[in-house]
Amino acid sequence: MKLITAIIKPFKLEEVKNALQSAGVTGMTVSEASGFGRQGGHTEVYRGAEYTVDLIPKVRLEVLVSDNDAESIVDVIVKVASTGSIGDGKVWTSPVDQVIRVRTGELGAEAI
Amino acid sequence: MDTLNSGDTAWMLISTGLVVLMIPGLALFYGGMVRVKSVLNMMMMSFGALAIVFVLWIAFGFSMVFGESVGGRGLIGDIGQFIFLKGLDNPSALIGTIPAAVFIAFQGIFAAITVALISGSIADRAKFGAWMVFAGIWATFVYFPVAHWVFAFDDFVAKTGGWIANDLGALDFAGGTAVHINAGAAGLALAFILGKRVGFGKVPMRPHSLPLVMLGAALLWFGWFGFNAGSAIASNGTAGLALLNTIGATTAAVLAWLLVEKLRDGHATSLGAASGVVAGLVAITPACAFVGASGALLIGAIAGALCALSVGLKFMLGYDDSLDVVAVHLVGGIVGTIMIGFVGVDVGIFNGGGTEQLVKQIVGAAAVLVYSFVATLIIGKIVDLTIGFRITENQELTGIDIAIHAEPAYELTDNSQGSIYEFSRGE
Repeated sequence: MKLITAIIKPFKLEEVKNALQSAGVTGMTVSEASGFGRQGGHTEVYRGAEYTVDLIPKVRLEVLVSDNDAESIVDVIVKVASTGSIGDGKVWTSPVDQVIRVRTGELGAEAI
Repeated sequence: MDTLNSGDTAWMLISTGLVVLMIPGLALFYGGMVRVKSVLNMMMMSFGALAIVFVLWIAFGFSMVFGESVGGRGLIGDIGQFIFLKGLDNPSALIGTIPAAVFIAFQGIFAAITVALISGSIADRAKFGAWMVFAGIWATFVYFPVAHWVFAFDDFVAKTGGWIANDLGALDFAGGTAVHINAGAAGLALAFILGKRVGFGKVPMRPHSLPLVMLGAALLWFGWFGFNAGSAIASNGTAGLALLNTIGATTAAVLAWLLVEKLRDGHATSLGAASGVVAGLVAITPACAFVGASGALLIGAIAGALCALSVGLKFMLGYDDSLDVVAVHLVGGIVGTIMIGFVGVDVGIFNGGGTEQLVKQIVGAAAVLVYSFVATLIIGKIVDLTIGFRITENQELTGIDIAIHAEPAYELTDNSQGSIYEFSRGE
């Protein structure tokens, strides 16, 4: 099993979510995040005092998938989340030892 | 003998309510400008000032302002004459054409709002108890005397009133000197006494909620109709002119502030608009009944631009007047007070008057500025040396809301609700 983590632009969330549902994904976790990468921040001015804001709002999306599905699901996210401009985000996968559904106690692929 | 006028009374009852609304208005205006960790303390300083000052007002403040001037010198009213409102707290006592009770309540809120204004210069770092002690002492030794100088006219409440109003003859309709220059100079002094916030100029101290700032500015504006038009102490044409000018000057100030921002910083901001509102309201306060509509526009425009240009001073000169009490209230108050000497109807240089009124205006403004600044330095230093004015550096970094008031402003999820370990401390 794999955990796919994607950091994407907030306005792309709806599109990515729909695409993943169409691709058969049955669950995901979404959280608001902020960070910086190559995009850098922006400046804000308050009563003449200028502030550089480094951390830009992003959405963090997490999906658990079976090993077989991982590659195609990553492809879907990368394709749909892309705008071609700087700040589109990153997607990575990590191995998962075990998954347990809390309600039924099902294990592994059954619990995804 | 004056008789009661029900129209005047009705308007002054409403005006008093409007002026009270300025306290939560100011609390929101200031509260939105600080960081999440010190919103409640900022708001509490306004509410606290209202509470302590109004109680003192009833006890002896009114008498110090409107009692018979001691020795006829115009410096301070007789504290014993109306102590605990002796002889005035009944339905039949009149002041002018309205019940004494209404006049007393209306003027009492002026005292409270003046003290509350000062709190903007010491955001995030003052012990609440020390602030309350300071508020009481400052009202007693600074506001009450200065209000006597400016607001106590001969033969209105007492036979002899204050020196600025009667002997000097400087014009101040609703408190450009007694309220705004007074609070602005005190804010500057207190910023020196408390010193800079930890990390001032290095870590970002951005306003946490601009909608709160704008809501606060809007409530201040609404309440200010009571403050300015109510200062006619009558429901008449003077009140009407004051109300018109309170809108005219304020809108001109918004335009001027935004223009300065656009040219200097590249963006017209909502904080700039809200600040322009307050700068315009401050500047027109002393002048609202003494100038025509175009004079009001000019006062507003000058105040909006000058105040916007003054907010950078604290970074250049290195004092932490956190929410710009100096740039908005001191500068705005001076602009409005001095400009009466130029655009005042019949008395201003532009309206056929000589320089006589201008000189009076400058003397009045300077007297209040110097007295307030020096007296505040002394009072602030005494509070600091005795009970300590500042919270510890750790408390400041944690956030004054949690450290001093034991509550956070915002609880947006239930995850941090904590657990109850004691339901009631009363049993």
